Amino acid sequence: MLAFAIRRLLEAAIVMVAVALLAFVLFRFVGDPVNQMVGQDTSLEDRMQLRKDLGLDDPIVVQFGRFIWNAAQFDFGISYQVKQPVTTIIASRFPATLELALTAAVFAILLGIPMGVYTGIYRDSWLSRIFLSVSLIGISLPTFLIGILLIYVFAVNLGILPSFGRGEVVQLGGWTTGFLTISGLKALILPSITLGLFQMTLITRLVRSQMLEVLRTDYIKFARARGLSDKAVNFGHALKNTLIPVITIIGLQLGAVIAFAIITETVFQWPGMGLLFIQSVQNADIPVMSAYLLLVAFLFVLINFIVDLLYVWVDPRIRIHGREA
Amino acid sequence: MTDVTDSGRRSAAATASPRQERGFVRRALDSDLFYSFKRSKLVVLAAILTACMLSAALFAPLIAPHNPYDLGSLNLLDSNLPPAWLKEGDPRFLFGTDDQGRDILSTILYGTRSSIAISLLAVVMAIVMGVSLGLAAGYLGGYVDSAIMRIADVMLTFPTILIALLVNGIAMTAFKGRVSSGGQFWILVCSIGFSFWVQYARTVRSMTLVEKNKEYVQAARLIGLSRPAIMFKHVLPNVLSPVLVIATINLALAIITEATLSFLGVGLPPSEPSLGTMIQIGNRYLFSGSWWMVAFPGITLAVLVLAVNLLGDWLRDALNPKLR
Repeated sequence: MLAFAIRRLLEAAIVMVAVALLAFVLFRFVGDPVNQMVGQDTSLEDRMQLRKDLGLDDPIVVQFGRFIWNAAQFDFGISYQVKQPVTTIIASRFPATLELALTAAVFAILLGIPMGVYTGIYRDSWLSRIFLSVSLIGISLPTFLIGILLIYVFAVNLGILPSFGRGEVVQLGGWTTGFLTISGLKALILPSITLGLFQMTLITRLVRSQMLEVLRTDYIKFARARGLSDKAVNFGHALKNTLIPVITIIGLQLGAVIAFAIITETVFQWPGMGLLFIQSVQNADIPVMSAYLLLVAFLFVLINFIVDLLYVWVDPRIRIHGREA
Repeated sequence: MTDVTDSGRRSAAATASPRQERGFVRRALDSDLFYSFKRSKLVVLAAILTACMLSAALFAPLIAPHNPYDLGSLNLLDSNLPPAWLKEGDPRFLFGTDDQGRDILSTILYGTRSSIAISLLAVVMAIVMGVSLGLAAGYLGGYVDSAIMRIADVMLTFPTILIALLVNGIAMTAFKGRVSSGGQFWILVCSIGFSFWVQYARTVRSMTLVEKNKEYVQAARLIGLSRPAIMFKHVLPNVLSPVLVIATINLALAIITEATLSFLGVGLPPSEPSLGTMIQIGNRYLFSGSWWMVAFPGITLAVLVLAVNLLGDWLRDALNPKLR
């Protein structure tokens, strides 16, 4: 277990260094930091002085080391566009994205698993067909189109839900939350459905196919032969054994949710990190881009790592296999 | 097995067994693939829809009533007109017009054209890149294999849309102000193509690992063929059939990715008709009640993706004997 964890940790570190290198190259070479900082009328000597002060004349390796050192201390420089430290901007945007992603994930899990179980048990009922058609649409429709559709129905036509922003938010220490106000909760509904729908369909289909597979196995037949109730067989025996791959997918999809939040946040003008990232791409705001890149990579690697460990912990077979390898 | 792998294996093994002399059409109509195709009405419908949209896109300049690229023909007095069957509609514009007075129907035709062109080219690029890297990794092994597969693992950590967004953002920043709309087209193709290659590489690699130990490869090596010749002439045809399946499913994903990037305002510029940019423009006018600016391109996009997805699903099931 420990050896497995250490090997995974090493792999995670390699990924992070690769991404950091990419972020550094982006930061250092794609946009010239000096040109972005000074005005047009700055003299050549001043520019040279600034280059020296910023350490841009040092060897590349030293600069890369300094970049990593700063990044480890959450120092990503000043945003070209807003002229504030990147860390401050991201910290102010982070709660919005996290709350949205969590709500969407909870929505996807709470609806996806029961739908998957139902369609797995009652394969041919009309309700299963409806669920599966909905899930096909959920996979085929692009996220932004679903968002626009929801806005058109619930915000434009019915006028019962807001179409943009977070509503009223409450300050809790450094954290802004929309969970505590009515308007904040109302504002969460449409974006989290938009964001969670794809994940929900994915979970539904996965649970369904797993249920179909498990329900065919001998121990399920035996459980039925023993006269256990349907409920005990379906939930106690079948569902439990489908959950391992489901946990993996949910974990990995949490990363995807953060990435897809970019689209949802743009549609709903949700003041989170994704919207910040899109704006930074449009404005060529490179410090923000590279900081976002590093942060998202870190979250992904972290999630992958935790899922890997969970997987080993849940399924002993992998542990044995890992020891052999 | 299916016709695709069969013909591949025959040419690769170069045994040229004397088969019954039958025309290609005859053989295709008798194949298992065509049988399972005929059986499912939904798949036939999806194929017809896809074919219609492909030809509409291909012949857009011939069938479109207006030319959205021709700025001289636009008239601001015609802007924001609803579809022709509504009260204020104009019979010249069947689906209405957008904020610049462009005919929605014509713009959709041209937009579908560029959406499909970008997606197809991106998928082709991903196939070329992924298949060659996968072949090299599987056949050459060693350092080449571990290097390619490490990179693939890193890329697999991230969702494709994020990779496409990043590559696109970096390229746009790097070439800022120096790139024409044609350049943006190719940047978009490359960023989407680049985000898709991993799947091909992994599939082709695992199949190559199996194929390379088979007798026909040993025979080819014995008669002294060069490694590239063995890889591309002999191994390649035998690992292609799953590539076809992934490509169809990827095509739907590429269409979505292109539309999403254009919608986010980082793909094609708003002046270029594409389904994504049309929806982006229409989205701004949603609250003023001009629903047709979003609805028609949106429906086109949804139907296109759904049809291609259905075809891909069917192809996957039909080519996978285990599921039958």
